[in-house]
Amino acid sequence: MVDIRITNEALDIASCVDWVMGPESGGIDVFIGTVRSETKGKRVVQLEFEAYQNMALSEMKKIAAYALQKWPVHKIIIHHRKGVLQIGQIPVIIAVSAAHRAGAFEACRYIIDTLKETVPIWKKEVFEDGEVWVAAHP
Amino acid sequence: MKIKVLAFGIAKDIFGSASSEIEVDASVSVAGLKDALEYQFPELKKLSSYAIAVNNNYASEDIKINERDEIAIIPPVSGG
Repeated sequence: MVDIRITNEALDIASCVDWVMGPESGGIDVFIGTVRSETKGKRVVQLEFEAYQNMALSEMKKIAAYALQKWPVHKIIIHHRKGVLQIGQIPVIIAVSAAHRAGAFEACRYIIDTLKETVPIWKKEVFEDGEVWVAAHP
Repeated sequence: MKIKVLAFGIAKDIFGSASSEIEVDASVSVAGLKDALEYQFPELKKLSSYAIAVNNNYASEDIKINERDEIAIIPPVSGG
């Protein structure tokens, strides 16, 4: 089972964990992305996330489908927030449950690593003296 | 034919808008579309890279574009 969401609302770690838990799962792995206060020595004011909604959901579904067939996992959550986020807020939660921990660890890592490569979501860093779309220019 | 290209992230800044209409040949490929876009918006050439999505899928250079396709510029992604 898979729960994929891209939302302007605050994400909720506890409800993500609750959703993936089940009597057949012995291990849950959770990745939580958070907004850091600094990047390359510069103080971040806020981050802004933009998504190509339909394609992002579709790419996330592909990632979840791959994980389900590659590792013995039970449930997968991929939640991403968009809009303006402050330091310490949470743009992404990945949660995976499996009978044993090995599959949960590997699937969770795969999901966040691949999300960062393929899902059409963009992050803009806002500094005191300007703003930059991450990775846009060499 | 005129096709509408959706823009996100830095591409939206470059277009000055969430989408732009561009004139292309009826049998244009993704590669041809990129040429037309770069001619109209030379700033696109300064990006590290960008992809073109056709109907919510990444499209390779040889894919042909039809008038009713949903086309988007996908600058380097940075989610997560």
